[in-house]
Amino acid sequence: MKTPRNGPAARPVRKGPPVKSLRTRGGLSVRVEARSALVVLLLLLAALAASVVLIGTGDYPIGFADVVRTLLGEGNPGQEFIVNDLRLPRVLVALLVGAALGLGGAVFQSVSRNPLGSPDILGLGQGSTAGALFTIVVLGGSATQVTLGALAGGLLTGAAIYLLAWKRGVHGYRFVLVGIGAAAIVTAVNGYLLTKADLVDAARALVWMTGSLTGRDWDQVWPLLALCAVLVPLALVNARPLRMLEMGDDAAGALGVRVERTRLLLMLSAVVLTAAATAAAGPVGFLALTAPQLAKRLTKAPGPNLVPAMAMGATLLVVADWSSQRIFGADQLPVGVLTGVLGGAYLLWLLVTERRAGRI
Amino acid sequence: MNRLIADDVTLGYDQRVIAEQLSVEIPDNSFTVIVGPNACGKSTLLRALSRMLKPSRGRVLLDGEVIQSYPAKKVARTLGLLPQSSIAPDGITVGDLVARGRYPHQGLLRQWSAEDERVVRESMASTGVEALADRPVDELSGGQRQRVWIAMALAQQTPLLLLDEPTTFLDIQHQIDVLDLCAELHEDQGRTLVAVLHDLNHAARYATHLIALRDGKVLAEGAPAEIVTAELVERLFGLRCQVIDDPETGTPLVVPAARSARGAAGKARAREHGEDAGAGTGTGPLTKKPAVRDSGVEDDAVKDDVVKDNV
Repeated sequence: MKTPRNGPAARPVRKGPPVKSLRTRGGLSVRVEARSALVVLLLLLAALAASVVLIGTGDYPIGFADVVRTLLGEGNPGQEFIVNDLRLPRVLVALLVGAALGLGGAVFQSVSRNPLGSPDILGLGQGSTAGALFTIVVLGGSATQVTLGALAGGLLTGAAIYLLAWKRGVHGYRFVLVGIGAAAIVTAVNGYLLTKADLVDAARALVWMTGSLTGRDWDQVWPLLALCAVLVPLALVNARPLRMLEMGDDAAGALGVRVERTRLLLMLSAVVLTAAATAAAGPVGFLALTAPQLAKRLTKAPGPNLVPAMAMGATLLVVADWSSQRIFGADQLPVGVLTGVLGGAYLLWLLVTERRAGRI
Repeated sequence: MNRLIADDVTLGYDQRVIAEQLSVEIPDNSFTVIVGPNACGKSTLLRALSRMLKPSRGRVLLDGEVIQSYPAKKVARTLGLLPQSSIAPDGITVGDLVARGRYPHQGLLRQWSAEDERVVRESMASTGVEALADRPVDELSGGQRQRVWIAMALAQQTPLLLLDEPTTFLDIQHQIDVLDLCAELHEDQGRTLVAVLHDLNHAARYATHLIALRDGKVLAEGAPAEIVTAELVERLFGLRCQVIDDPETGTPLVVPAARSARGAAGKARAREHGEDAGAGTGTGPLTKKPAVRDSGVEDDAVKDDVVKDNV
């Protein structure tokens, strides 16, 4: 080539994240981004530590060592009841909900190519709320029915957004705009349902709407765990084509990604995960928005960062639950209030910086 | 038979038909350039040839089979595409971006072979971006960025490479630079290249095979020296001109007639056809959104195309 090449090379080189590849003799190979792996490891350790602390927190505090001993099956019967039957399921729900929302948010933000394209902005949380409200106010359903109602509401909203945004495929801006529209409509419906509710139902609905982990038991853990066991691998298998999709539909298609199929599978798993998480804990605000972004800032790796986003979501929710109990006393403040306040502040910061960077 | 053929295809978006019963053959081992006025359907044709757009009638054949009948990754190992609008993910380095070109050769458990590493290095070397390997793509100039995208397409190791307006947004030096690179890929590496170009003179200079498209129909095709005449340019763009020999290369050089010589009718025609050449691909969003190669709104490139094609 005829152009001089010395110009850029002479400038100091900014190193990208180191990438290790593990190869077998048989020709199999795996790519590992060292920094991302480290971030995930540290986040998991933090989540584990926070979980143990959270289990020890409450009206009947238990020390760190006692919690660990009880979890390993060597505690006294009293502690075992409190730890294994009361507090462990709550922590597990927090971990699973956090991971599901983190993953759902990361998928949505990547598919819409927009940090604001997360489920809570796009009306999925509101859709689940509508399902729950409908079950509480109109049907007077039980707790299990409310959960199912919330699940159905989230899925229906997700399907509606996908279909309305469809125009020769689903594209970023269109998807976000349709989602914001859907959020507005569903919020109005929720307001209407609330005005129709009597006082008891309204109080019950309001607690649900804030997003709370209070009183979560094994009945919430198992369905959530089962869904995660199916959907998380499904999403992760599609993480590589999702990385390609970030370069644009044509660029990904040219590389052999089946664009719409990949997108449909990913959005399906993200919608179900988000709806299931919301059904289990209520619409925990802003977690799906913040977790992927914070994870990305830690890993500094391009791409959807699905696993780090999951780890970040789980860690954030457990820490938020612990903080709200610590600051306001056990079960005084639903965790959704705390994530809402922190997430809202983060959203403002994001809007300002994105605006400055000229991206929105 | 040639490897890539559009056989009697009807192309369009939704209800809008852009080309009807269009048949085009890409000669093997050629550097084919598609030219024509805005809205003539040249990008649409390229999208169909690269199976990004499924013809509503007719078929695109790759090695004698309907291109949609192959597994997606298999096509991606035979035919590469440099689309008009690609987005470099935030903060990605040159090396990482070029490495993504290896996707069709990889799998869930075959993520990064020694071969991948070698091909990525070679692709960066043959496009002259190896020194930039660790630099973030969004810090590069337009010309460098275009080379990086071409390097990514090269890493795909496809015998056929399709480029949609690879010189748009580049200044003249980088335009020539990219075209030289294309010529090298064609001559030295024996790849079949198909490019959509705006500049007729560039096309005439670099192409071994030229396809002149207007209103979704082929007006002429063949070697530039044989088909580029004043009469063709007038039919194609509605522009009166002289065609002389390029003093550098001897290829046809189109010199538009002077304004006074074209007269009122000529001017009106020129306004209709020629004036917005280049406007179709947008102006300036590159400065605002450095990571995007084209029209700013990432996914709307196609839509823009339709709107343009409808004007």
